[in-house]
Amino acid sequence: MKDKLMLWLICILSALTAVPLFAILGEVLLRGYDQLSWSFFTEPTPTAYRAMKAIQAGEPIPGGIANGIVGTMIMLGMAVVFAVPIGILCGAYLAENPKRRFAKVVSYLTDMLQGTPSVIIGIITYIWVVVPMKGYSAIAGSVALFIMMLPLIIRSTEETIKILPASLKEAGLALGGNRARVMLRVQLPAAFGGIFTGVLLAISRVIGETAPLMFTALGCSFVRFAVDKPISAVPLLIWEFFNDPNLQELIWGASLFLLLFVLTLNITAKYLAKKWNQ
Amino acid sequence: MESIKPILEFNKTCVSYTKQTMAVKYVSATIDRNTITAIMGPSGCGKSTLLRAVNLMHNLYPNIRVDGEILLNGENILSMEPIDVRRRVGMVFQRPAPFPTMSISENVLAGYTLNGINLPKNERDATIERCLKSVALWDEVKDVLNKKGTFLSGGQQQRLCIARALAMKPDVLLMDEPTSALDPIATKHIEELLQELQKEVTILIVTHNMGQAMRISSKSMFMYLGELVEYGDTAMMFSNPADERTKAYLTGKMG
Repeated sequence: MKDKLMLWLICILSALTAVPLFAILGEVLLRGYDQLSWSFFTEPTPTAYRAMKAIQAGEPIPGGIANGIVGTMIMLGMAVVFAVPIGILCGAYLAENPKRRFAKVVSYLTDMLQGTPSVIIGIITYIWVVVPMKGYSAIAGSVALFIMMLPLIIRSTEETIKILPASLKEAGLALGGNRARVMLRVQLPAAFGGIFTGVLLAISRVIGETAPLMFTALGCSFVRFAVDKPISAVPLLIWEFFNDPNLQELIWGASLFLLLFVLTLNITAKYLAKKWNQ
Repeated sequence: MESIKPILEFNKTCVSYTKQTMAVKYVSATIDRNTITAIMGPSGCGKSTLLRAVNLMHNLYPNIRVDGEILLNGENILSMEPIDVRRRVGMVFQRPAPFPTMSISENVLAGYTLNGINLPKNERDATIERCLKSVALWDEVKDVLNKKGTFLSGGQQQRLCIARALAMKPDVLLMDEPTSALDPIATKHIEELLQELQKEVTILIVTHNMGQAMRISSKSMFMYLGELVEYGDTAMMFSNPADERTKAYLTGKMG
């Protein structure tokens, strides 16, 4: 009797945790579904004036979030290109030398960085990059995202290498390989699944960041590929749409896009992690 | 001249994990060339520890100290570069550990890859064939050389690991309970294989299995609490152990 009661309690409580997720997903889906169309992804944000005209004429708001998607991809791309190799090297170092004092300091700093509020990373990047470059830019935005991704990639690399069987590393070294080659040829390839999952999760973690981009990328109303100029991003657009009464309708389409993107990344990461563990 | 020198010689070898406790205490023994020598003893007696001293595995862990001498062809291993030692002293581990991301042929050649040596194609193929043949795996895998090594059965994986070690043409092959994770048939295959292999390489094998020691080794060491209690002809030791402790172990009164 007691067991049954407990089981029911656990079932109800775990169902409760799923409620917010499905509520959010449902709300965004219902409100954003109508806006998703081909042009939503290929056209930049409309001006407030055009949007107002469309609303007055009773038509759907023209334009889309192409400028945000392009900006997000450019900044994420640059951040990933730098964060992945540096993060992996650092993670490998931490996994191999856990007892060195320097490694302990780096490990501690990684934890601190992971806990640093993103708005602070934004303002720091503003001081470090935007001020010396005399302007907002995609570069500055990607630096902020890079800083946010770094600890996530370091940790996932470190953890994955640490859980590899010790025999793998020893077998490599027993054949006369030096530590760098054994790391490169044996340990890192064996850890690839975990590291790749970590990178995907890091991307999904920073793709929705808004605060640091406000200080660095600023935003831009047209599609732009220059990296030294202000640039848009999907989360920045959501914030802009919220602040402009004429564009508020677009919030939901942009949110839905972002949510689906993050969910896809997460599901892919989970799937890969599972596949790799078999 | 070289053939007169023993291939491997322990001279008051000690290994300690901490300052207070010694895991291997003053072991002195001379290993004959092209023989199989078994190291026996109860769990925790230091047999694996002694084995791992021979290819300087302990260097990976800064707390572990190795003292005394271990001579390989008369040269003290402890003052050599680990990489040079490990190319000449191969090792096979308890659990088969083929590199999971490498194919069967890449696994055989892993020693060269990890040493940054690039063999020409014909030499590569010859090495793969020679090594897989010498572990009697060639006929089973010659059509699937590009498949991952981890697809093989446990016994096949262990033979692949032996092939991988042999590819470097080592003088000595260290084996740390290589069959304890295998079924009896796979074990039998490996034992037969080792009998053949001793013509090319000197084998030092740690085993928990007294029957195995009796079947394959010409000489045996019995270790207890870090000491080398007895070392001599296997047949002699099993029929007439000199030390009370060896006798107790061999008759199952101590394990």
